[in-house]
Amino acid sequence: MSYIIDRRLNARNKSTVNRQRFLERYKKHIKKAVADAVDSRSITDMERGEEVTIPADDVSEPVFQHGQGGRRGVVHPGNKEFVAGDRIPRPSGGGGGGGGGEASDSGEGSDDFVFQLSQDEFLEFLFDDLALPNMTKQHLKGNASFKYERAGFSTDGVPAKLSVLRTLKSAKARRRALSGEPKRLLRAARQQLCEAQEDGNELLAWRLKDEIAKLEKRLQRLPFLDTTDLRYNLHLKRPLPTSQAVMFCLMDVSGSMDQQIKDMAKRFYLLLYMFLKRHYERTDIVFIRHHTVAKEVDEQEFFYSRETGGTVVSSALKLMQEIMASRYSADEWNIYGAQASDGDNWNDDSPVCRKLLEESLLPQVQHFSYVEITKRNHQALWREYEALAAKFPETFAQRHIQEVGDIFGVFRDLFQRREAA
Amino acid sequence: MNKRNPISVDSDWTFELIAEYDREIGALAEGFQLDTYPNQIEVIRSEQMMDAYASIGMPVGYNHWSFGKQFVNVERNYQRGLMGLAYEIVINSNPCISYLMEENTMTMQALVIAHACYGHNSFFKGNYLFRTWTDATAIIDYLLFARNYVRQCEERYGVQEVEKILDSCHALMNYGVDRYKRPYPVSAEEEKRRQAERAEYVQRNLNDLWRTLPQAQKVDCDDVPEFPGEPQENLLYFVEKNAPLLEPWQREVVRIVRKIAQYFYPQRQTQVMNEGWASFWHYTLLNQLYDNGRVTDGFMMEFLASHSAVLFQPGFDHPGYSGMNPYALGFAIYSDLRRICEDPTAEDREWFPDIAGGDWLETVHAAMRDFKDESFVQQFLSPKVMRDFRLFGILDDDEDQEIEVSAIHDSGGYRRVRELLAGQYNLGDREPNIQVVRVAVRGDRSLTLRHTRHARKPLAENTADVLKHLHRLWGFPVHLESTWDDAVVSTSSCPAAEVA
Repeated sequence: MSYIIDRRLNARNKSTVNRQRFLERYKKHIKKAVADAVDSRSITDMERGEEVTIPADDVSEPVFQHGQGGRRGVVHPGNKEFVAGDRIPRPSGGGGGGGGGEASDSGEGSDDFVFQLSQDEFLEFLFDDLALPNMTKQHLKGNASFKYERAGFSTDGVPAKLSVLRTLKSAKARRRALSGEPKRLLRAARQQLCEAQEDGNELLAWRLKDEIAKLEKRLQRLPFLDTTDLRYNLHLKRPLPTSQAVMFCLMDVSGSMDQQIKDMAKRFYLLLYMFLKRHYERTDIVFIRHHTVAKEVDEQEFFYSRETGGTVVSSALKLMQEIMASRYSADEWNIYGAQASDGDNWNDDSPVCRKLLEESLLPQVQHFSYVEITKRNHQALWREYEALAAKFPETFAQRHIQEVGDIFGVFRDLFQRREAA
Repeated sequence: MNKRNPISVDSDWTFELIAEYDREIGALAEGFQLDTYPNQIEVIRSEQMMDAYASIGMPVGYNHWSFGKQFVNVERNYQRGLMGLAYEIVINSNPCISYLMEENTMTMQALVIAHACYGHNSFFKGNYLFRTWTDATAIIDYLLFARNYVRQCEERYGVQEVEKILDSCHALMNYGVDRYKRPYPVSAEEEKRRQAERAEYVQRNLNDLWRTLPQAQKVDCDDVPEFPGEPQENLLYFVEKNAPLLEPWQREVVRIVRKIAQYFYPQRQTQVMNEGWASFWHYTLLNQLYDNGRVTDGFMMEFLASHSAVLFQPGFDHPGYSGMNPYALGFAIYSDLRRICEDPTAEDREWFPDIAGGDWLETVHAAMRDFKDESFVQQFLSPKVMRDFRLFGILDDDEDQEIEVSAIHDSGGYRRVRELLAGQYNLGDREPNIQVVRVAVRGDRSLTLRHTRHARKPLAENTADVLKHLHRLWGFPVHLESTWDDAVVSTSSCPAAEVA
C-alpha cells in the first residue's frame, strides 16, 4: 500500500532559519567581503549579490580523524599494468595518482568555503549598523500631512457623522433596561386584576386599574430616542510619516574636478541613494551641477560632461533652495542633501554658502552631508562649514575623502547608528 | 515476447501514472519477496530537495548553523551546475517516506519508485543492523520531540548557548553510538514523559560521584576504585551521564544528538549494501517490467542511460576518481551473486560451494539481511567482480620511500584484495579508536581519553579542536593519550598543558 502526496505547495524555505544562523555566525567574514566588494566594484552594479569566501579552517566542524602517515592499505579499481610487488614512487598530492585515496582519508580538502550572498543579504550587510539621522524626528514633526482614520464611536459629534445603527442599538438597550421594571409590575398588576375581578373584589380591582393606568403612562413616557443614545462615528487625525525622500546631489564640475574625483563622488551618491531607497517608499534624485552658475541636469550629464570655469558654490545651494520651494516642500518630503567638491570656491562666496545653509536650508532638510575629495589642504569653504557642523551637529556633517577606499568608511562614519539621546 | 502494452508512452508524469507504476512495481516486488514498510511517496520541488539535503535527510530537524552551511553549499553547487540533485531521498521510517522531484521524467519517477520505495525500503526493514538499532515507527516522533525541545531551550537559554552545546555534540557525534549494546527504541512520548524525571535523577546522582564532604572515616587514596571501571567508547553517553557541570537541559541536548547519531549509525555501516541492493532491485524490477511489456523501448533507453551514469566506476587514474563507488560495487556484488546461483563456473564452485547453483533469490536476501559492508565484502566479493573492477591493493607505509602494490586481481591476490577492501569499510578501522579510560575523581576531575592507534595511524591535526569541544562539555581538563603497542606515543590536552 502506498500513499502519494503532493508536497510541492508546502513551504519552500525550510532552511531559511539555518541559513540565517550561518550568516550570523560568519558575520565578520561576510562584512569584510561586502566592504571589499564596495571598494572594488564598478560603480553601477552595487545592487547584486556577492560571493563570500570564508577560510576553510573557520567553518570546519572538527571530528576525530586519522591524520597522514602510518601504514595503510587501500584498494583502487582500474589496474592496468601493476603486478603484485611493484614499487611506485609516492605520488605527490591527490590527483589521479595511485595514492589518490589517501587524501580523502583526512577529510575535506583545504579549499575555502565559498558561497553566494543574495542581493538582499548583500545590502543588509552593507548597511548593517547604519541608520538615517533624524528619521524619528521627522516622524514626530512631520505633521503636515494627515490621514483620517476610523477610531470607533463617540457620544458627541456633528449630525453628519451620526451612526444610525449604533444609535438605535443603544436606544433599544436603554428602552429595554428602563422598561423592565414597569413591565414586570404591569404584568403582575394585570394578573391580580383578573383574579380580583373573578373574586368580585371591586375595591382592589379599582385600585389595580388605577395602578395599571399609571404604569402604562410611565411606559409611554419612555422616549424612543434620547440624546444619550446618540452615537457618532469617530475619526481621528493621524499624522502620516512621510515616506518619500528626495536626494539632492550637488557637485562642482569646474575644471579642477577631474573624472577620477567625479567617480568617487558618484560612488558616494550611489551609496546614499541605495541607503535612502531602503528606508523610503519613494526616493527622488535631483542632480545639480555647478561651476559659476548652477543647473539642474540628468544623471548622464551630471557625471560625464565637463565644464570649465570658476566655482561659485552658493549658486548650487540657491538652486536647491528654489527647487525645494517649487517641488519638494519640507512638509511632504524628507530632504537629503549631498554635496561633493574638491574644496575650491571663490573666497568671497564661502560665507554666502554658510549663510544660505544656516538660514534657509539646514532647518528644512533631514541631513546635509558634504564630502571634500581632495589631496590638498582645506580651503575657506571647509572652514566655513566647520562652523556649521558645530552648530548643527544633527543635520550637517562634512568628511574628507582622499582615496576610493575611503568612501565606504566615510559613508559608514556619517550614518553610523547613534545612541538615542 | 509479450505484446507491448505500456503503462505510459511519453515522458510527462501524472499522479495517476505514478500510482499505476507504483502498483505494477509493487506487485513485481512482492513476487521477489521484497518485504517493505508502507510507502509514502511525496512529490517535491527542487528547492525542497535542497532543504531535505541540508537537513541530512531528516524530515524534521532542529535548527543549527551547520545545516545552513550545508544548504548554502548545496545551493551554490546546484546553481552553478556543479552537481545534480539526487533524484530521490528516502527516509528510514514507517511508513517509509520517499521524495520524488517534480522535475523528473516519468521514467525517472519509476526508477526512483523501484529504487527507493522497494529497494531501500526493504533494506531498512530487512537488514539486521536497522532491525536492531533503529525504530522506524518512532523516529519521526522523536525528531519532532527533539526539534521542539531544542527550540524551547533556545527560548529559555538563548540561541547562542544551545548552539555551543550542539557544536560540541556534533564534533563528538561519531562517538555517541553504542556499538554492541542494543539501545532501547526511541519514542517521543516516552522521552517526554521521562525527561523531567531523568533530569532530576541525573543531577542528584552526579553529586554522589563528586561528593566533596569529608568522609566519616578516612579513605586511603589507593582504595578509590578507578572510574570508569572499564573504558567507555560512547563519549557522548559518558558525558551525558557523568559530566559534572552540565545543566539538565544540556544533558538532554547531548542525549538528543546521541540518539540521532545512533539512528544514523547503521546507514554509515551499510552504504555499499544499501545502495547496491536498491540498484540491483531497480534494475531487476524495471527489466521485469520491460519483459512483461509494460514499458516502452524509449523508457528503457532513458532508464539504462541514467542507470549506467550512476553506476559508473572511474579507474584510479581517472580525473573524476574519488574512491570506490558504493552503488557500483554493491550492484556488482549482488548481480554476481545471482549469476553464481544461476550460472556457476568452476571457479564459483570452488569459492562459493554453498551457494553456487542455489536459489538466487534466497541467496541475495540472505546477503542483504545478515551483513554489514565489511562482512558483506569479505563474504561475497567474488574473483570475477575483482577482475571486472581490476582491483589492486596499495600498501602505503610512511616509513617507506615508495608505495607498494601489495596484491592485484590474480589468483595469488584475490583473498588479500578482498580483505583489504573489507577493511576499508570497517568503521572501526576508518575512525580512530578513542575511549574514556580515566577520570581523576579525587584530583582535578580531569578526563583522560586513550587513542589506540591502528596501523600506526596518528590523529589528524584538528584533534586539539575536537578536544576543546569535549572540554566545553566536560568542564574540566581533558587529556588525550595516543598509544601504539601499549606505549603512549603522544599526548595532547585541553586546556593546553603548560610546558614544564
